[in-house]
Amino acid sequence: MMRTIRADVVIIGAGGAGLRAAIAVAETDPSLRVALVSKVYPMRSHTVAAEGGAAGVTKSPDTLDAHFKDTVSGGDWLCDQDAVERFVEQAPKSLRQLEHWGCPWNRDDQGGVQVRSFGGMKHQRTWFAADKSGFHILHTLFQTSQQFPSIQRFDEVFALDLLVDHGVVGGVTALDIQSGEPMVFLGGSVIIASGGAGRVFPFTTNGAIKTGDGMAMAYRAGVPLKDIEFVQYHPTGLPGTGILITEGARGEGGLLYNKDGYRYLQDYNLGPPDPWPRPKAMELGPRDRLSQAFWHEQRRGRTIKGEFGDVVHLDIRHLGEQKINERLPMVRELARAYVGVDPVHAPIPVRPVVHYTMGGIDTDIDTRTALAGLFAAGECACVSINGANRLGSNSLTEILVFGEIAGLQAAAVASGGARIAEHRFGDQIAVSFERASAPVMRPPSAETIVGLRGELHELMEGAAGIYREDAPLQAACKSVAELRGRYQQLAIGDHSRVFNTQWFQALELGAMLDIGEAMVHAALNRRESRGAHQRLDFPERNDADFLHHSLLSYGGSKAPTFSTKPVTITRSKPAERVYGGAAT
Amino acid sequence: MNSSSPSSAASTRMVTLDVARFRPESEPAPSWQSYQVPVLEEWTVLDALNHVKDHIDGSLSYRWSCHMAVCGSCGMMVNGNPTLSCKSFLRELPDQIRIEPLANLKVIRDLVVEQNRLIDGMAAAKTWLIPREPPPADQAYRQTPAQLAQYRPLSMCINCMLCYAACPQVALNPGYLGPAALALAQRYNLDSRDAGAIERMQTTASDDGVWECTFIGECSEVCPKHVDPAGAIQQMKLASSLEWFKRRLGLGGDA
Repeated sequence: MMRTIRADVVIIGAGGAGLRAAIAVAETDPSLRVALVSKVYPMRSHTVAAEGGAAGVTKSPDTLDAHFKDTVSGGDWLCDQDAVERFVEQAPKSLRQLEHWGCPWNRDDQGGVQVRSFGGMKHQRTWFAADKSGFHILHTLFQTSQQFPSIQRFDEVFALDLLVDHGVVGGVTALDIQSGEPMVFLGGSVIIASGGAGRVFPFTTNGAIKTGDGMAMAYRAGVPLKDIEFVQYHPTGLPGTGILITEGARGEGGLLYNKDGYRYLQDYNLGPPDPWPRPKAMELGPRDRLSQAFWHEQRRGRTIKGEFGDVVHLDIRHLGEQKINERLPMVRELARAYVGVDPVHAPIPVRPVVHYTMGGIDTDIDTRTALAGLFAAGECACVSINGANRLGSNSLTEILVFGEIAGLQAAAVASGGARIAEHRFGDQIAVSFERASAPVMRPPSAETIVGLRGELHELMEGAAGIYREDAPLQAACKSVAELRGRYQQLAIGDHSRVFNTQWFQALELGAMLDIGEAMVHAALNRRESRGAHQRLDFPERNDADFLHHSLLSYGGSKAPTFSTKPVTITRSKPAERVYGGAAT
Repeated sequence: MNSSSPSSAASTRMVTLDVARFRPESEPAPSWQSYQVPVLEEWTVLDALNHVKDHIDGSLSYRWSCHMAVCGSCGMMVNGNPTLSCKSFLRELPDQIRIEPLANLKVIRDLVVEQNRLIDGMAAAKTWLIPREPPPADQAYRQTPAQLAQYRPLSMCINCMLCYAACPQVALNPGYLGPAALALAQRYNLDSRDAGAIERMQTTASDDGVWECTFIGECSEVCPKHVDPAGAIQQMKLASSLEWFKRRLGLGGDA
């Protein structure tokens, strides 16, 4: 039995970007039927875990130009500058819109919205709701979305494969997780807003759901992944669990110390250490530089030994209990619960942790992809405003700005275009369900989910971590290809249909292997160091040969093919990235 | 989840998880299954379940994602108490632990329960901003820190449904909106930008609304985010009574 849902716009993913897109469709044309498909209930989406805030210029002396420059230099000139221009211009409107929907942003005494400092930002421009900004953004969007009758949610439905006819997307196959029932969604346009792929790595802030399914779906359908080698390590995660301690902690004045009680960032072109706060300096430097500084400190033996790896100390004690409770209550809650440290009285042990995929589904500035009728927004997409290194608090704004654009674009396509006749998808639908059922149908083998996933994790961390080089990447390309081959033998023990989580873990693993393979190939090809991609064998940025986007195209059972695409540069010529005292 | 696994050293603590299983395709009713799990000191109940899933029994089904007590997925009964399993530390629990799906909710499979009751209740209670006035052009609404403080605690609900598992009225009346949906309605009622309180009363003050609450207060006790649904519901009862008197006295109410 197969269930067919006929909609106008099909949205895959109901986190920040997907919900924002759905609301945009509903507001612009209430007659369009939106099918909002998500493998989890919307409020479980990983937007919920974002803490620090969302960037958008509010008041002088800040300017749109300053936000533009910070973002472009923060991205090491790999951002598309036309996209960044649109982003910074739209950002304040998008954040105000959320306020108009009820988001509980922190307020100043006059009743205006408060902003805080963030890494790599020259001025205070990060809107925040204590340290639960993503949580409040997600719940505000979800609750707002509930008033639109044209948005029909399909919670706990796992999207499988895009349906494509001669380069035009007309729907997606899916499985209802609660019943195991096959489903087909047909629509005039499809938006992928399914989030990132941090779970490709073993140590990550990302929730269990962030397995890159949507990225892999577009990739398998022929849309290239762009700049997928750029993986952000957040400098301050809790050891063991990888739980995020927000950059807002440093935005409020938190300091980083090595084992000697020394603010080591001053040794990495980020000083001088005083006076604080100095924008774009020391603890307010960008995430790539801070995570790289940790790596060097560790090499020098100046980090602190811990049970779950080396750490440094993040100290917010000097903020005082009142400010910590007001601005950083979750930091306090998380540190007390998960590492037994009350940051009012002791420094928090932290270490770099995989946090964000800068790369993703290749889109243009309007969120369009290489397939007509297919759009992508949010962490799954690469539009690209983040370039080689995203600045903290740009991504929560990105899901709003580009989620809305995706919704409007998809609505226009769905209301104008003719539909592809359903019978043309018959073969694709059969192939899709056959592929999805394979792990359940196959005879038992020696391969297991935990085994393959563990090997993938090991090789990704070993070859594609903070610093990379040729030989391990070569080896990883070979190893991940072998893992993909062995994955074709994976059979699971649970053959039931109702809420079979083992089945979906198996499908997620397939996506993770595809994305992991693209990452190591892209990292191998980029023989330079830029932003979050650092090569020990090519330590300098090389604009002459590598100021371009990487494009990885799916090769089926073979290796992905590599090509490039020019970076759009409008008004900021590539220059040296400068942080520390020289930047201010 | 800690990526490391416990060593096989003799000092490794062993914990017994007694898990309520339910496989609707093959069993008419739930049954118990025990798992012996070697655990690390830092682990939560969720880490132990993940160990079972990865290494002992891949068919055990439960929801989880963030592992930081904010996504609200992993609620379950731990030794009879509604708990987020990612924040339920083994060091605070005995060596034998009973794990069941959240009480009062229909079980789909194993530890997975239906969640539509909360979401449907939210939609019925209109838990979104019904603006007092159109938004100012190119500006945010003004809202002072004191006005924000009025509703902010109620906005902390992560929709984990522990309060539904704790509330006896949820079990008695299948139509009852429930603590979280009502608390979220009151969150908007208390927002200085909102004017939807009277409109929301159509459901929140109905037979399935606040008057169903017998003020046991368990919902507030179990809330992992210190939301106080019981207090919110009492406020709503008072507001609803005042509105009733106003209408009886022909004052028209606060429309």
